[in-house]
Amino acid sequence: MRPLGISAHTVVSAMGRGKAATLAALRSRQGGLRPCDFEDVAPDGKIGGYIGRVEGLEAHSLPEALAGYDCRNNRLADMALRTDGFAEAVAGAAERHGPERVAVILGTSTSGVLASEDAYRHRDGAGALPAGFDFERTHDLFSLSRFVRAALGLRGPAMVVSTACASSAKTFIDAHQLIAAGACDAAVVGGVDSLCRMTLYGFSALDLISATPCRPCDAARDGISIGEAAGFALLERAESEIALLGYGATSDGYHMSAPHPQGVGAIGAMREALARAGLRPDEIDYVNLHGTGTRANDAVEDHAVADVFGPGVACSSTKGWSGHTLGSAGIVEAVIAALCIREGLLPGCLNLTEIDPGFSAGVLAENREQAVRRVVSNSFGFGGINCSLVLGRPG
Amino acid sequence: MMRAYVTGVAVWGPGLAGWEASRPILAGEAPYVATATPPPLPSILSATERRRTGTTVRLALAAAQAATEMAGLEPDALRSVFASANGDGAVVHAILETLAGTDRSVSPTHFHNSVHNAAAGYWTIATGSGAAATCLGCHDATFAAALLKAMAEVACEAAPVLLCLYDAPLPQPLDSKRHTEAVFAAAFVLAPGPDGCLAVLEAEYAAGPASAELAEPRLPALRGLSRVNPAARSLRLLEAIARQVPDACCAGLLDGRVDMRIAPCSTAAAS
Repeated sequence: MRPLGISAHTVVSAMGRGKAATLAALRSRQGGLRPCDFEDVAPDGKIGGYIGRVEGLEAHSLPEALAGYDCRNNRLADMALRTDGFAEAVAGAAERHGPERVAVILGTSTSGVLASEDAYRHRDGAGALPAGFDFERTHDLFSLSRFVRAALGLRGPAMVVSTACASSAKTFIDAHQLIAAGACDAAVVGGVDSLCRMTLYGFSALDLISATPCRPCDAARDGISIGEAAGFALLERAESEIALLGYGATSDGYHMSAPHPQGVGAIGAMREALARAGLRPDEIDYVNLHGTGTRANDAVEDHAVADVFGPGVACSSTKGWSGHTLGSAGIVEAVIAALCIREGLLPGCLNLTEIDPGFSAGVLAENREQAVRRVVSNSFGFGGINCSLVLGRPG
Repeated sequence: MMRAYVTGVAVWGPGLAGWEASRPILAGEAPYVATATPPPLPSILSATERRRTGTTVRLALAAAQAATEMAGLEPDALRSVFASANGDGAVVHAILETLAGTDRSVSPTHFHNSVHNAAAGYWTIATGSGAAATCLGCHDATFAAALLKAMAEVACEAAPVLLCLYDAPLPQPLDSKRHTEAVFAAAFVLAPGPDGCLAVLEAEYAAGPASAELAEPRLPALRGLSRVNPAARSLRLLEAIARQVPDACCAGLLDGRVDMRIAPCSTAAAS
């Protein structure tokens, strides 16, 4: 495919606000996870476990005119829009193409559901929800893209993708298709997911939360650490240092919450992405794994990555730093991939004591400095949705 | 304008029990009577999965299966775009109630069924499909956004795409904040080539709001349904396909819209 330029990007997570802070955390191998202290979620080992919480989020306010959208998820979105000059970069694109030619395509798994959780706790004697609870502008999935589109003054197509942990990665594909089909000339992609009781208790019910900071690829790994994050990228046909070179999307067709044991879908997504990019596996410098830290995901992904890339391509998960940011994992890791390329840095897995001896992919345990031209980034979601992106220097 | 050929279509809603029964109604040839019409149990779901899935998943899969069969395509390689404004309200409500109580033991099945893409997940599991699947949630603009995305996918990937829209009411107390009526689904197979064509569809995004005249169903009796169920905003397009004459319509997407042109195929979809 014709490379699609990434003109701007930003990320806010437990690693820090913005690219410089994120890079510093990677270089210094300082993770952002802490014992769960979110709301009244029992900080009892396997329920909250460790979380990746964004500093200063509670103190952040939305612009007055958009106050109706106020909820944790949209505040986190707003913080990211005002980071790394992202909103300004989008304004430039709107100027170049016209505001009706810039799309907003964002991913989220839970949007503003925390507002509903709080509203349910404040039902009156008859079971009615508080009058001030605005479902449409908080809980509803579309709230995220409506808010961002309004905050950026855009008038183009808008959508929200919600495919669990693959959500924000999928937005890159949707944007490419809309631009290639002529429906828009540029797109704001990415996504946001924020801490809520639903995911903390839900993943705990599936026994998938680790009692310690998550340690992807570790022999003793035992689950995820949930994090929150917002990230955005501006895609357009333009000269740029880094571009979307390829993508692959498949389904496992196997189970709602367990990956296909042979990783058939994951293998297919990576191979498709390489084919679209016109690249051989050995032309990839680094694979950023989905690497959640669960027994099943990491084992299956290792098998799949080894199948496609063999042992010679360096790979790691960065969720030890950020936690699993669910719907926004894809964009967080795409921005990390961009930083790796720009800086010539390969981050080794964090919180690692011993790489699982059964693994055969080129898992990194330490940071490494080398030229990085092309990165594959994986995101796999419940329902068996697999997404693989190739990011790199065009040409 | 993006172009695709509609090679399969399905509908399920009150008084709209499948395409064969609905086509004359949508074309204005037979009267519309809004009788409650529960969706059929999709035969592709195993007995176990039928027990585990709720109304919305069964509704979506029934429509998806019908459209795919009409298009004569094997489902296991068919790209899909599922879209619902409300998702599975019953499951989300159940989890919210649990979290508001003292024992917050969320049911694990409820949790993995609460992902917005549950229908897409069950579809790919039931059909053994390895093809790309996605799910959108765009409030009242769900039909417009999903159609735009599906048309772009057909154009870019040069492959058929199944578009499946479905919506059902949310239980109280959520219904008081987001009122939806009826259980409704529509599905389309959009193809890059004219084989088996039922209608030719062109679509593009435009700035400026949708006009009610072009967005609402032609049949006055269907307008209420299109206003109370987000998936039923596809009714105007379904009418156009049923009528088999050149037509234009649109669907609102916030302060913009998706403009559509529909025309019958030059050869009848006989084989």
